[in-house]
Amino acid sequence: MDAVLLQILNGLDKGSAYALIALGLTLIFGTLGVVNFAHGALFMLGAFCAVTLSRILTLSFETIDETKVDFLGNPLKVKTPYVESWFGPETGGAIIDWAVPLSILFAIPVMITIGFIMERGLIKHFYKRPHADQILVTFGLAIVLQELIKYFFGANPIPTPAPDVFKGSFDFGVLLGYDPNVIIYPYWRMVYFLFSTIIIGGVFAFLQFTTFGMVVRAGMADRETVGLLGINIDKRFTFMFGLAAAVAGIAGVMYAPINSPNYHMGMDFLVLSFVVVVVGGMGSLPGAVLAGFMLGILESFASMNWIKDIIPGIDQIIIYVVAIIILLTRPRGLMGRKGVMED
Amino acid sequence: MSKFNVTRRGVLKTGAAAGAGLALPTIFTSSAYAVTNNPMGGTVTLGFNVPQTGAYADEGADELRAYELAVEHLNGGGDGGMLNTFSSKVLDGTGILGKKVEFVTGDTQTKSDAARASAKSMIEKDGAIMITGGSSSGVAIAVQGLCQEAGVIFMAGLTHSNDTTGKDKKANGFRHFFNAYMSGAALAPVLAKMYGADRKAYHLTADYTWGWTQEESIVAATEALGWETVNTVKTPLASTDFSSYIAPVLNSGADVLVLNHYGGNMVNSLTNAVQFGLREKQVNGKNFEIVVPLYSRLMAKGAGENVKGIFGSTNWHWSLTDEGSKAFVKSFGTKYGFPPSQAAHTCYVQTLLYADAVSRAGSFAPCDVAAALEGFEFDGMGNGKTLYRAEDHQCFKDVLVVRGKENPTSEFDLLEVVEVTPAAQVTYPIDHPMFAGGSLGQCNNGA
Repeated sequence: MDAVLLQILNGLDKGSAYALIALGLTLIFGTLGVVNFAHGALFMLGAFCAVTLSRILTLSFETIDETKVDFLGNPLKVKTPYVESWFGPETGGAIIDWAVPLSILFAIPVMITIGFIMERGLIKHFYKRPHADQILVTFGLAIVLQELIKYFFGANPIPTPAPDVFKGSFDFGVLLGYDPNVIIYPYWRMVYFLFSTIIIGGVFAFLQFTTFGMVVRAGMADRETVGLLGINIDKRFTFMFGLAAAVAGIAGVMYAPINSPNYHMGMDFLVLSFVVVVVGGMGSLPGAVLAGFMLGILESFASMNWIKDIIPGIDQIIIYVVAIIILLTRPRGLMGRKGVMED
Repeated sequence: MSKFNVTRRGVLKTGAAAGAGLALPTIFTSSAYAVTNNPMGGTVTLGFNVPQTGAYADEGADELRAYELAVEHLNGGGDGGMLNTFSSKVLDGTGILGKKVEFVTGDTQTKSDAARASAKSMIEKDGAIMITGGSSSGVAIAVQGLCQEAGVIFMAGLTHSNDTTGKDKKANGFRHFFNAYMSGAALAPVLAKMYGADRKAYHLTADYTWGWTQEESIVAATEALGWETVNTVKTPLASTDFSSYIAPVLNSGADVLVLNHYGGNMVNSLTNAVQFGLREKQVNGKNFEIVVPLYSRLMAKGAGENVKGIFGSTNWHWSLTDEGSKAFVKSFGTKYGFPPSQAAHTCYVQTLLYADAVSRAGSFAPCDVAAALEGFEFDGMGNGKTLYRAEDHQCFKDVLVVRGKENPTSEFDLLEVVEVTPAAQVTYPIDHPMFAGGSLGQCNNGA
């Protein structure tokens, strides 16, 4: 039982990332009808917003320490961040320590801007083109974006730690009456899960309880009729693209301490997120979230040793096996709507 | 009765035929004939096959820097680097056998098929006489096989699987880098000394050739010193999040986690393990420990502070103070502004060793070069006295046991050398079971 609880917890943060990316993907698909293969790249760009802000906050000036030498035997150049010099070592150090959470404020405008540019500059020209064209152009865009990141940041992962206060793990087992160390869960992953539920809740609330959201939902259901009512639905959909980019971006920011960002991380998530969207039902927001968490948890279960002993390699294929089963039994996915991608 | 007529013309014909027949074997073994890409003009072309794209591109870039530096030194440029400290003195800065060294590069992409294609292109289109480089054992084994078929020498780059000079060894292939067995043999005694002989280890292992041999080696070496292996779990190479593999570790009764991972896998699994607070836990009344058998400074950088205090092994480190290492670090650091990685070191040394072997053999023919490298003993290249063993083409030299530094003074100062394990301790017999199953075969001059 403890092992099951442990893997449910593990699946939650993995599922959170899948759900956040899939939410943005399905939002774009539902509003603009575009299959956006560059969405994983937006997640990656978000993580690199955290890397960039960390670098900005640690911009330093150099002083020479004559008592020490560098690897070539020259006097050692000691770097001191400007932030520490301006605010003192304690406050400056705390600002640097909290770089990742602060990056959310940095990432939101950056990602909305990138979303606007992507949509207005490229993707809008492909609205009336076949899905295959959309996939090709967005996939190409994803490769361009990741190569740009590799050019500026290199191919190696870049450590982007969480604030010190979130280091270590919480012992859930002790709370539930188990021995210590049986069910542990890192604090930052708990933060990630809570954060993602807030973001998902926020997006749903925005669509459900605001006039803007109501118009967008109406547009998703029947774009033509909304247009005939004199509402500029395109403008709203462009905003939704920016919103989806921001959601993917901040999902990436908060993910940076879990796994050091690298240029390829978007691609690692992209294929899985598409499976999540298809399993959840094309264009269905609740479906994407449900499928995200479900597949995240199933993936964790498949990594359990006794399951791998019975079916070797199951951890590598579980998501696809489940996708096949669901699509065979429910061709529109878990919560898919009739008529979406069926013309 | 038959009539036997001896004529002058007949004697000449027979003599010529017999002479040609007797000379035939030497024609086929002579270096002057039938050698793939035997350089005829004033230049010789080397092929540097490194990952220029993909996850190991940074390591590949460092290898390429080292190769360019080696070429510069071979052609008499720069300060000469390790040419000044190398025990063999036949290289004089005039290229190789008087031919100026040129090079072409290929991109392995850290994919076996792409690496073979780029090596093939460099051999067939660019006329490369020797292929070197790489950052993965899968790639090294694939390219080594290709070079054997094509009849060129392969001087392996960073490859740590036992199989490269074990079951997949080839007569045309040579490895300077250490291997998984050596890591285990060097690391295990230090681990037993630091953490005690009564330990229970849990292994997470990358599911491919290097991971398997690394796990086998460290399991054997630690069990020989009294450790118990609780579990060995294979993880997919494409994994990015290892939390579901790490979460059950603490409840398994293990008090040590061994991460048989390299590159991005190592960065992520180590980061995840530290996130789970494993290093702050106590199991079986002992502090929980993590071990990374193969360290790379470039990769360790990706794991940031998580490497602090964690033991591993490495082929070479820039902080070594022998004359060879100092000369190389000075050359490389002056040219590029930062110290070289172990991948850069092994690639630089391999290029010089190849050039030296050609010069000593007086021939570019792979079989002559192989003969010059086999059993060659040298010094002054940063690893102390080293032997290129004839039977398996593996270098035997000292191995470094390192630990993540607690208080680094710079972004390069991530590892500290804890012990220099002497070559004798990591040397194994040629018929060791971990290396069984292959043979060098015949060397191939190609063409």
